[in-house]
Amino acid sequence: MAEAKGFFTDTSVCIGCKACEVACKEWNQLQGDAPVFLADSFDNTGKLDAQNWRHVKFIENDAHLSASTTVGDGQAWLMMSDVCKHCQQASCAEVCPTNAIVRTEFDTVFIQQDVCNGCRNCISACPYGVIGFSEQTGTVHKCTLCYDRMQNQLTPACAKACPTQSIQFGNLTDLHSAADKRLAQLRQLGYSKAQLYGRDDKVYGGLNSFFLLMDEPAVYGLPTGESAQLPSHNNVGGYLGVLIASALALIGGIVALRRRREPTPRPAPPEPEPAAEPAGTTSGGGDR
Amino acid sequence: MPLAVHYTQPPEWRWYILGYFLLAGLAGGAYLLGTLLRLAGRPSDEPASRLSFLLALPLTALCPLLLIVDLGQPVRFWHMMVDSGVQGPAINLKYLSPMSLGVWGLLVFAVFVALTFLEVVATDGRYKYPGSRLVAAVLGGFLGRVVNVVGSVFGLFVAGYTGVLLSVSNQPVWSDTYALGGLFLASGLSGAGALLILCAPWRRGSEASEEGLAGADSFFALLELGFLIVLFATLAVAGQLTQAVGPPWFVLWAIVLLSLVPPLAGRLTSRLTVGAGGTAALTNVRVSAAATAVLVLVGMIALRAAVLWSAQS
Repeated sequence: MAEAKGFFTDTSVCIGCKACEVACKEWNQLQGDAPVFLADSFDNTGKLDAQNWRHVKFIENDAHLSASTTVGDGQAWLMMSDVCKHCQQASCAEVCPTNAIVRTEFDTVFIQQDVCNGCRNCISACPYGVIGFSEQTGTVHKCTLCYDRMQNQLTPACAKACPTQSIQFGNLTDLHSAADKRLAQLRQLGYSKAQLYGRDDKVYGGLNSFFLLMDEPAVYGLPTGESAQLPSHNNVGGYLGVLIASALALIGGIVALRRRREPTPRPAPPEPEPAAEPAGTTSGGGDR
Repeated sequence: MPLAVHYTQPPEWRWYILGYFLLAGLAGGAYLLGTLLRLAGRPSDEPASRLSFLLALPLTALCPLLLIVDLGQPVRFWHMMVDSGVQGPAINLKYLSPMSLGVWGLLVFAVFVALTFLEVVATDGRYKYPGSRLVAAVLGGFLGRVVNVVGSVFGLFVAGYTGVLLSVSNQPVWSDTYALGGLFLASGLSGAGALLILCAPWRRGSEASEEGLAGADSFFALLELGFLIVLFATLAVAGQLTQAVGPPWFVLWAIVLLSLVPPLAGRLTSRLTVGAGGTAALTNVRVSAAATAVLVLVGMIALRAAVLWSAQS
């Protein structure tokens, strides 16, 4: 197995040029969605899906603007080139019933297009909203981390095109070192909120595509803590509910069928007239 | 469960999946009711039991069809069972994936449903098929009852796992509760009882079980109500109640709750009438069993639609 590869996306130097989006579409022959005016800052891509494997988010962080400043200390207008995180514990692979989603020799998460049957279970599982369904192919798609380019010792298209080195590609250990250095540098410059997301194993066992953020992950739409759970955490509780319901239903069903009124007996055929009682006798405590 | 935050995309599971969830609940429920009527009922319940087993077959047969049609690549449906990729060829059975378990569960359940169907037709004697005497001899006794019991276990699984399938995700609402599996199971049993009451006129003698079925249905409705309370409570704690019951989905939830009223009240509803003197009085009106059954089935559809739609809106 080759050494684990990944992306380190340093959002502090992203300028929102969208070269990554264009390069990704060009290399992977993605047509892109029909243009829509979203009225959402400079964003007209909207979200990651089957046609957008890179998406530059523009986050207008008004909380950092005050009357005395228009700069916002570099945190008022955040930009981030979002992409598949290639999670170490991948929710999509966990639920995929066809085993179409596998880890490659580069330790990245890859969807085998000839195996996927388009059940879309992975879409419901991905906590980052990365995977999209294509009506054209009938399968799901996401960033492959340019698997074909990696096999030929080439840098993924987005990282190659990024003019500010916001997207860095390489061996994961090297990227970790670079990220640690950059974080220390930013902290030294006074950016106290700067932090790494996915560098350690706190989120889905670590992300092969991890980020340097200038604010809290929630500001960028990234789950943390209790919100970053694998789908399987609901397995035990869910099946326990089925088990409890089954037991109660069985008991209730049996009781309901047992406690019915006894069927009304058919009227007995008329009995022959009893013989006349002898005079002087009285009837006892018979049926009344 | 703490407040949940979701950044996911909806899988766009719509009408086919709604139909599948409905049929899976009915099929699993019908098979279990057939077993209960046969093993816990009276000899007079045998016609209703057989009707239940007969109904389970077409209901089960439609399930994989809906699942396959919903796939983006329907001809690759068998990839659910056989790994055709780099890790294959091998059997695909992933215990962490309810969809994977469900495919196998449905397949095994279908075998039991088919066996029981053949047994019922053979022992009925109305229609003959090659080997029907042998089937009647082999499955007409103890072995057939064993098939019923084991098949019912798979029936319960098929009726309930669909809720677990939704919960094992990162979708809002679905992943914020453990109650969906039990809720779908209770609703499936209730719906199966209603379907059986509706179909009873088709098979002579089945009407004899109507009272027992209505009693069981009342209990299943109570169970469903209990799981509904758990569902709403867990969603409220997770901060997802508004997403689940907000407009326009409250209409569907209202139908669900309304559909529970007749079975819970023993198929008796109360009507307020105002007399000539202006006095109000409650008059009990017996709602027909058929109307109640239809309402229960509508509630069953509404429940699944509310759960599926609200999370993906």
